[in-house]
Amino acid sequence: MLTIQDLHAGVEGKEILKGINLEIKPGEVHAIMGPNGSGKSTLASVLAGRNDFTVTSGSVEFMGKNLLELSPEARAGEGIFLAFQYPVEIPGLSTINFVKASVNEVRKYRGEQPLDAVEFLKLMKEKMALMNIDQSLLRRSLNEGFSGGEKKRNEVFQMAMLKPRLAVLDETDSGLDIDAIRIVANGVNALRNKDNAVLAVTHYQRLLDYIIPDFVHVLYNGRIVKTGPKELALELEERGYDFIKNEINVGEEV
Amino acid sequence: MSDELKVIEETVLKDYKYGFVTDIEADEAPKGLNEDIVRFISAKKNEPEWMLEWRLKAFRHWLKMTEPNWANIKYPPIDYQDIIYYSAPKQKAKPKSLDEIDPELRKTFEKLGISLDEQKRLSGVAVDAVIDSVSIGTTFKTQLAELGIIFCSMSEAIREHPELVRKYLGSVVPMTDNYFSALNSAVFSDGSFCYIPKGVRSPMELSTYFRINAENTGQFERTLIVAEEGSYVSYLEGCTAPMRDENQLHAAVVELIAMDNAEIKYSTVQNWYPGDKQGNGGVYNFVTKRGMCQGRQSKISWTQVETGSAITWKYPSVILKGDHSAGEFYSVAVTNNHQQADTGTKMLHVGKNTKSRIVSKGISAGFSNNSYRGLVHVGKNALNARNFSQCDSLLLSDKCGAHTFPYIEVKNNSAVVEHEATTSKIGEDQLFYCNQRGIDTEAAIALIINGFAKEVMNQLPMEFAVEAQKLLAISLEGSVG
Repeated sequence: MLTIQDLHAGVEGKEILKGINLEIKPGEVHAIMGPNGSGKSTLASVLAGRNDFTVTSGSVEFMGKNLLELSPEARAGEGIFLAFQYPVEIPGLSTINFVKASVNEVRKYRGEQPLDAVEFLKLMKEKMALMNIDQSLLRRSLNEGFSGGEKKRNEVFQMAMLKPRLAVLDETDSGLDIDAIRIVANGVNALRNKDNAVLAVTHYQRLLDYIIPDFVHVLYNGRIVKTGPKELALELEERGYDFIKNEINVGEEV
Repeated sequence: MSDELKVIEETVLKDYKYGFVTDIEADEAPKGLNEDIVRFISAKKNEPEWMLEWRLKAFRHWLKMTEPNWANIKYPPIDYQDIIYYSAPKQKAKPKSLDEIDPELRKTFEKLGISLDEQKRLSGVAVDAVIDSVSIGTTFKTQLAELGIIFCSMSEAIREHPELVRKYLGSVVPMTDNYFSALNSAVFSDGSFCYIPKGVRSPMELSTYFRINAENTGQFERTLIVAEEGSYVSYLEGCTAPMRDENQLHAAVVELIAMDNAEIKYSTVQNWYPGDKQGNGGVYNFVTKRGMCQGRQSKISWTQVETGSAITWKYPSVILKGDHSAGEFYSVAVTNNHQQADTGTKMLHVGKNTKSRIVSKGISAGFSNNSYRGLVHVGKNALNARNFSQCDSLLLSDKCGAHTFPYIEVKNNSAVVEHEATTSKIGEDQLFYCNQRGIDTEAAIALIINGFAKEVMNQLPMEFAVEAQKLLAISLEGSVG
């Protein structure tokens, strides 16, 4: 589904990603962990097409297409969804109207008819129940005055509405208490099937108690330095990132 | 800088879609302004002697005045002798009914989305269509007349209802009020007149569509709306002009009078030709609009969506004379390229327990300049006056300007006056968020802008709101950065 090869990217001449290789197949959940500043969020942003970052070399193929050639909105149309670490506020634009525009634009990209009001409402009610979201929240301006938990639930609600092939979760657990993490994770899990995949970027292991990864990758200084099964996350939690740093220093793995 | 910027840059090249010219023979006055021209206009309209005298008095006063220069706008001096003050499409004979209107003119309005055909027209709106200096037709007159509502062109009102016109014309905006109102009083050619009798709620929206067509021509329309005790009317105006290289002058005067418990809701979608990307051409829009809340518990509400004109100089105001009266001003003013707008309102609290509310949303893009200028005045007898003002500015480029000039004068210490102001910029973050959800930059800007302007758009009648939203999206594909 997604193949990243030797990806280098940075901002204003400063290289942040220094050769990422990653393969994600349908049905898989991958976790990217790493200390602050290792390039986790950069990777998520580059996949979504944020133009603050420049890709200097390497390739990213998604569903057989060269992802790097596509605009951010085309990537969304192809099925890439980024759950933002810091969702933006748009005053005066109701969440419902935003999501409706989003769903219909993505449908348009895929050559599908826009949903009519009845179909949209039906879909929306179903996903609201999934995410434990109240309709009054959706009538409010997008993310304006939302609590941290509400913002993240709103992200996963949008994900549920858009049914992406690849969901990239950028520190979706940050700033959430354990109950909120559970709601968000349950939402993500409910959306999983054999055809889609999840790439969860996180600093802490606790999200992975609820979204069980098939693979855990450790990102350090712009490279994936270690890949392992879900137990790797626990090991990291226990021993801290220092043990990775030490391993690298003795040259075991690059 | 980014692809997003490019998209926006490209879309701004979109043409002004109302820029066509109708090829029709016109009956024009010679260029220039003097007493003979004033007499010429009055004679063309078969006006009674008192009206001519009134015009001449205004003209003589105007000669003694000087053009105001306090607004935050810049333009080369206007040569008032280089303008045609009267231009009317030549029609074979005066149309007796709407069916007899010249097909060329009918087509012009149809192209603008205004049907003069009553059957085709959405039933909720009556239209008075004004082209250059004259009204060419008013729809639904008969149905309105059954309720006692008078809705006709100003020329007709002067002839058919002189007692009402004489009583109210210039009562809210005196001819000596300002330079442009004096000019208008001397040479105004047409406009709409509405009279809503006691206790009647107008069953439909009344609207006037103004169109400048002829070259080198100024448009000076005059609108007068009188709402008698306990009546209600919602009035809409729309305006467009062809694309021309030279600047055209538009100097209108609008007067509203609301008696006890009456309410007037006045909405404008102003889309005069704004000039090209380099700032050539476009309409100079110098307008005086004022409402008088004459009666107890009367209410006047102005809503404007201003997207057009090279220069806008306009302050729809309310004099809150009646006790418990209320005034409202809701405005979205958009400037792009080299447009300049200096617009706002005046709320003059005179009576007791009067209330006013001001919501102004300025959106600037390109190299434009957008100023809000507002006055809240509380007189010494205006016990318990209440005002709330909110002025928000949204910037879409780093070469444009947004300014706020709020003036507050309070002479009664029971008043409560609140003012809030914010300035924000459309952020790359907001655009990227929308892009990531599949919404392209153009559509994203439209969503953000409409969100910003929502509080004002909500005030517009439904039918108009849709048109206004589209208009915002078109004129606002300015530049972000």
